[in-house]
Amino acid sequence: MNSNVASSSGGGGVDGSSPPRRNSKRPKYSRFTQQELPACKPILTPKWVISAFMLVSFVFIPIGVASLLASRDVVEIVDRYETVCIPEDKRADKLNYIQSTENKTCSRTLIVPKRMKQPIYVYYQLDNFYQNHRRYVKSRSDEQLRDSKNENDTSACDPEDDSNGLPVVPCGLIAWSLFNDTYSFSRNNQNLTVNKKGISWKSDREHKFGNDVYPKNFQNGTLRGGALLNTTQPLSEQEDLIVWMRTAALPTFRKLYGKIEVDLEANETIQVTLQNNYNTYSFDGKKKLVLSTTSWLGGKNDFLGIAYLTIGGLCFFLSMAFTVVYLVKPRRLGDPSYLSWNINPAGH
Amino acid sequence: MPRAGRIREKLRWSNLYTFSCLRPNVLEDGPHSLQGPGFSRIVYCNQPRVHQKKPLNYPSNYISTTKYNIITFLPKAIFEQFRRVANMYFLMAAILSLTPVAPFSAVSMIAPLAFVVGLSMAKEALEDWRRFMQDMKVNSRKVSIHKGDGIFGYKPWQKIRVGDVVRVEKDQFFTADLLLLSSSYDDGICYVETMNLDGETNLKIKRSLEVTLPLVDDLAFKNFTAKIRCEDPNPNLYTFVGNLEYDHQVYAIDPSQILLRDSKLRNTSYVYGVVIFTGPDSKVMQNSTKSPSKRSTIERKMDYIIYFLFTLLVLISLISSIGFAVKTKFEMPDWWYLQPQNTTNLYDPTKPALSGIFHLVTALILYGYLIPISLYVSIEVVKVLQATFINQDLHMYDEETGNPAQARTSNLNEELGQVDTILSDKTGTLTCNQMDFFKCSIAGVSYGMGSSEVEIAAAKKMAFDISEHNSEMSSVPMHNIKARGLMENSRSNFGVSEIELETVITSKDEKDQKPMIKGFSFEDSRLMGGNWSKEPNADAILLFFRILALCHTAIPEPNEETGSFNYEAESPDEGAFLVAAREFGFEFYRRTQTSVFIRERYSSSGHPIEREFKVLNLLDFSSKRKRMSVIVQDEDGQILLLCKGADSIIFDRLSKDGRIYEESTSRHLNEYGETGLRTLALAYRKLKESEYSVWNSEFIKAKTTIGADRDAMLEQVSDMMEKDLILVGATAVEDKLQKGVPQCIDKLAQAGLKIWVLTGDKMETAINIGFACSLLRQCMKQICITTMNTDLLAQDAKKALLVFLITDQAVKENILMQLINGLQMIKLEKDPHAAFALVIDGKTLSYALEEDLKHQFLSLAVNCASVICCRVSPKQKALVTRLVKEGTGKTTLAIGDGANDVGMIQEADIGIGISGVEGMQAVMASDFSIAQFRFLERLLVVHGHWCYKRIAQMICYFFYKNIAFGLTLFYFEAYTGFSGQSVYDDWYMLLFNVILTSLPVISLGVFEQDVSSEVCLQFPALYQQGPRNVFFDWYRIFGWMANGLYSSLIVFFLNLNIFYDQAFRAGGQTADMAAVGATMFTCIIWAVNCQIALTMSHFTWIQHLFVWGSICTWYLFLLLYGLSSPIISGNSFQILVEALAPAPIYWSVTLLVAVACNLPYLAHLSFQRSFNPMDHHVIQEIKYYKKDTEDQHMWTRERSKARQKTKIGFTARVDAKIRQLKGKLQKKYSSLSVQTIIPPS
Repeated sequence: MNSNVASSSGGGGVDGSSPPRRNSKRPKYSRFTQQELPACKPILTPKWVISAFMLVSFVFIPIGVASLLASRDVVEIVDRYETVCIPEDKRADKLNYIQSTENKTCSRTLIVPKRMKQPIYVYYQLDNFYQNHRRYVKSRSDEQLRDSKNENDTSACDPEDDSNGLPVVPCGLIAWSLFNDTYSFSRNNQNLTVNKKGISWKSDREHKFGNDVYPKNFQNGTLRGGALLNTTQPLSEQEDLIVWMRTAALPTFRKLYGKIEVDLEANETIQVTLQNNYNTYSFDGKKKLVLSTTSWLGGKNDFLGIAYLTIGGLCFFLSMAFTVVYLVKPRRLGDPSYLSWNINPAGH
Repeated sequence: MPRAGRIREKLRWSNLYTFSCLRPNVLEDGPHSLQGPGFSRIVYCNQPRVHQKKPLNYPSNYISTTKYNIITFLPKAIFEQFRRVANMYFLMAAILSLTPVAPFSAVSMIAPLAFVVGLSMAKEALEDWRRFMQDMKVNSRKVSIHKGDGIFGYKPWQKIRVGDVVRVEKDQFFTADLLLLSSSYDDGICYVETMNLDGETNLKIKRSLEVTLPLVDDLAFKNFTAKIRCEDPNPNLYTFVGNLEYDHQVYAIDPSQILLRDSKLRNTSYVYGVVIFTGPDSKVMQNSTKSPSKRSTIERKMDYIIYFLFTLLVLISLISSIGFAVKTKFEMPDWWYLQPQNTTNLYDPTKPALSGIFHLVTALILYGYLIPISLYVSIEVVKVLQATFINQDLHMYDEETGNPAQARTSNLNEELGQVDTILSDKTGTLTCNQMDFFKCSIAGVSYGMGSSEVEIAAAKKMAFDISEHNSEMSSVPMHNIKARGLMENSRSNFGVSEIELETVITSKDEKDQKPMIKGFSFEDSRLMGGNWSKEPNADAILLFFRILALCHTAIPEPNEETGSFNYEAESPDEGAFLVAAREFGFEFYRRTQTSVFIRERYSSSGHPIEREFKVLNLLDFSSKRKRMSVIVQDEDGQILLLCKGADSIIFDRLSKDGRIYEESTSRHLNEYGETGLRTLALAYRKLKESEYSVWNSEFIKAKTTIGADRDAMLEQVSDMMEKDLILVGATAVEDKLQKGVPQCIDKLAQAGLKIWVLTGDKMETAINIGFACSLLRQCMKQICITTMNTDLLAQDAKKALLVFLITDQAVKENILMQLINGLQMIKLEKDPHAAFALVIDGKTLSYALEEDLKHQFLSLAVNCASVICCRVSPKQKALVTRLVKEGTGKTTLAIGDGANDVGMIQEADIGIGISGVEGMQAVMASDFSIAQFRFLERLLVVHGHWCYKRIAQMICYFFYKNIAFGLTLFYFEAYTGFSGQSVYDDWYMLLFNVILTSLPVISLGVFEQDVSSEVCLQFPALYQQGPRNVFFDWYRIFGWMANGLYSSLIVFFLNLNIFYDQAFRAGGQTADMAAVGATMFTCIIWAVNCQIALTMSHFTWIQHLFVWGSICTWYLFLLLYGLSSPIISGNSFQILVEALAPAPIYWSVTLLVAVACNLPYLAHLSFQRSFNPMDHHVIQEIKYYKKDTEDQHMWTRERSKARQKTKIGFTARVDAKIRQLKGKLQKKYSSLSVQTIIPPS
């Protein structure tokens, strides 16, 4: 050891230079680096648990009830027409019928079950129609729809991108397959106007579909898809197209057709004259005409209310269960006898 | 100029040393014949310029431990990154995303990957930069080098070339592998400390060739040239073959002339040497193996989870592609709106199989969200931050050396929380290699007052136990307690708490930290200040001191500051003896070639007397002889043989009338040994002139013999002299433990860790340290496994190799027997308190580690409370480590400070280097470095515990959130005719992993604390959660995955049913895909962020910011995304402002889903906490209600209960002592009560 004494007193070189380095190596104190930041350490005590579950149930059950009531307030008339609108003798080969050029006018009678306050929304509902198919969803050109300058921007629209070498506006499968059944309503032989304005999102009309973009070469190809478009109207005013272009999330979907802006009384009969043009027969798709009012929550759907009630009820049950179990077999908080070494002294 | 400053007697050690300086028989076999491959190296000494050209252009002395350089960084690092399966997968996905197969836009695949890989590479670069800086520090050290014309100047190490002549000064490291030319001693001897290479603490002697001896000063090198032919660079530390061609003569060079890089010059003021191997060629660098990249247990397990998820991914991709093929073949022809007749291969109803295969690729990319791309990078970020916390921890900063703890690789942080076995080096790790003279026994009387820590602590604990006992049953006869005095003392300054015992001891430790004299902590007024002459056996005491002062090989060195002398001794023990002798008044102040001079301060005349002792012979120490002797002649002509050595050796050699004190001395020796002191016995023998001269002539004859028998003859002659000794006494030297080592070992043992000591040192020393660290104690049953004397057997069997093999077999069988006996003994032991210790030496270990014995050895070792392996080579250290690692399957941690520990450090799951010492090998090879052993406690129990829990929770959560998210994609795809369409916008998905959910989970991984660091330290049992892997077992992992599955179902189907077909707003609009997607995504963001908030138990502002900030970020993003051009946002244009925010259903769905997703976890957690709480839950509650301050008694009681039952460590030892004392007390008490009953009658 003496040699060490000698080295530290005699050598000096290493030791002499170290003090400044030492200081620089010393970690600086801060509550952050020492992991001593003030922290709240909430713990789940039975009181907290029970009151949390209670709180949830107290919040959820009223919301559930309100949702259910809202849903019940909505009056909805659904009329499935894809089969009934085909003359009975043609029903054997529906596809042939729909592809023929004969007159496909069909009339239906709807009975209003309850008073419907305006606005009454008119929807068409398609079934088994994969608007969410990847090939379908991708087949559009937002650039082209927005601005007439981007007319040639049809690369994403395959296979409905051009016709005879000229770009199709609006291009793509979505636009091409535009729904083309039409409905007109009358009550007591009086026409009910269907307002077709304002059925699309305002932002779509103003920003996504250009007011200088006019349909071109649309449905000009060998294959005819859905509806034709008025070539004199800019796309921003073709609201049916705008609504259609918002692809639905599920194969069963409703889309807004228009609004009826008068009240309908209970038990009134409504005559619907519809042009059954759209081909859903090749894939066995249903077509429905829906008239519906809305509540603050939207259309008729009990599910939300039921879900809220279920979760609320479950929480209520849980809070009760915890209370009961806790009363039967309470544990003092911070009771050391629950520590593993007290429960099982030999085990560790 | 070079030799200024130091005036020193020229010494020729070779004349004195008997054994270690044996001059190699140069004449006998002449120069080595260096033919054939492997001996091609030629070094032109003092002509470094020759070595600048090929073919002699050897590598420079620049060393590099970095993985990359500027050019190779990019390709190499990228390669490293994509070696990870997951990254490779994402790379493929990113490439494929450029093709139409991809379900997403290319940028949403490439951006996260680039981010993730870039971050990982930045981390690599940073770590490599640190390594580079460390290399630079070594490379720029300065050394004196011959610049020509006999002028020496300083140059950085990296500039040294082969052939350079360098001058190394005392206590400097050797720059490269050198050939020793000459030293400051006349006979070219120098002392070398090789602790960095092999861990041995005693100095090695190297000596130069005779021919180069004249090269003693700088000028001599002006015209010096020579040529060395030698072996090529190789990693063998103990061999060297080469020739020196000098002056047209050829001389053989052997290992004793080679000074190896990273060893240190000691006790010699300077040496000259020629550089032979530089930088990467040097033996130590050749020895260094590339540190293996280690992965923690958790990460390895994580791989299995990833494989599982990959399987799941492939499975659902297959389902989806089969579904797609079926749909395409049978249904798509009817879907006229898709123009099925006009399609590409991707959707061709006529080729469903081909489309199916294309779709498989699509699906594999689409469901990639099941595998969290950001998992690796998040873990890396978290680990780097955790490592920063380790580096910054002030509690692990050593004020003395100025070294903070350092996490050198950050990928093992959580492994620190799962350690099961610690394998520790001894010297430099447990001890600081400083010896203090502590006690002695002279003529059967023990001197030295210092009482061992254990005795004090046991007395204190007894006092506590009894006072507690007392309050219950008041009539315990206090005066009967043996330790009463101590107890009273302790009671006054010592509270009720037994835990404080440790703090008291620690504070005592600190007080002792600065002894008055280094190497001397002896306290006894009977011997100090000359009082010894009043003792009854003053003669023996005088003799004792003289032996201390004379029997050594040290050199005194005047110390200008104190006026006294420092000693340069071969071993620290010897230094301690000389300091002791000096303090007792026998100051050794001068050594000449033939004499030793001593100044005796307390002589009968009252004046200091200087005495000269002629040293006639010196029979030096060797590990085989275990003793050293000098034969001296005092001024009166009396010849004395003074001998010190291991007690067993000395006791064997005592004469009949020299055994007067044997009994009492050996009793004292036992006592000293028990408290962990190193003991030596001292003896002497008076020689008659004639007797000596007869012997001496024989000795000289032996010394001058040439040939193989010389060693044996010398030994035999020495043996003849060292007999009929008269015992004087014994010394007890304290091998100073590093600060806090016993406490740390105690704590680690309480945390349930096993500690093995692997040391290169002798068995006796190792056992002593075992006692000092409380790894061993008196009533422990030691199982010593040793080889039987193979030398004897081998001698009989010298003739035939066959027989030798048989003896080898016999040795093995013998060891097997010992192992089996040991196991038997443990099995039969009934006493629950019985503890076993296994002590094994290196030679035996080499057998025990062989394939057929190692399992027996391991099973014996794991059954023992402590294991000590001594005399183990570095390689054996590594082998033992591997055996433990692979044999037990548990996590091992190796800790050491020297290059000899490198193998073990690299082999173990975690390697820890002690950074206090100057050598860097261990630190360079280690994963973590700490300055002191005692920091290990905090490193493991606090940081390890935290990191383990953090990483485990983090990974579980990661899988949860990605399953919850990824599966919704799958469900939705099933509704799109398996076409591979996702309901979410590409940007949402891109952000999900990279931004929206990554920061909260990182904050969980970095800041989570289940309990505070104090509690971790107070309740070592909490550490066991790691080794038992409570937080990352399959039950928990699958629990989290099930939770993910549940959440995905809830999110998807609730949304689906709520947004089914009706209007979702009062305005009659129905929800399109963008609205449904955004709502679902909102629900997921809420659900997973609430989930992480539930799993956290520690919220600082950072967690709050990240968790709630993530949710806000999502809304903010949705808002901004909606405001951007519709070309970018597509159908999500203004979605929040226009469509979602005004719809009450959007908000109510979010609330519903977020609550529903977290309900099961909340219920589970509440149930668990209420009825089956885990330890940390209860402690959290205690802390929360401040019960620890209200009911301190309970708190301390629980703390002491929380310790693991341990058989080693300080506490166990105290307990054992108490059991022993209580036993005695019981007896006394009963006898006393009998007494008290008798008188009245």
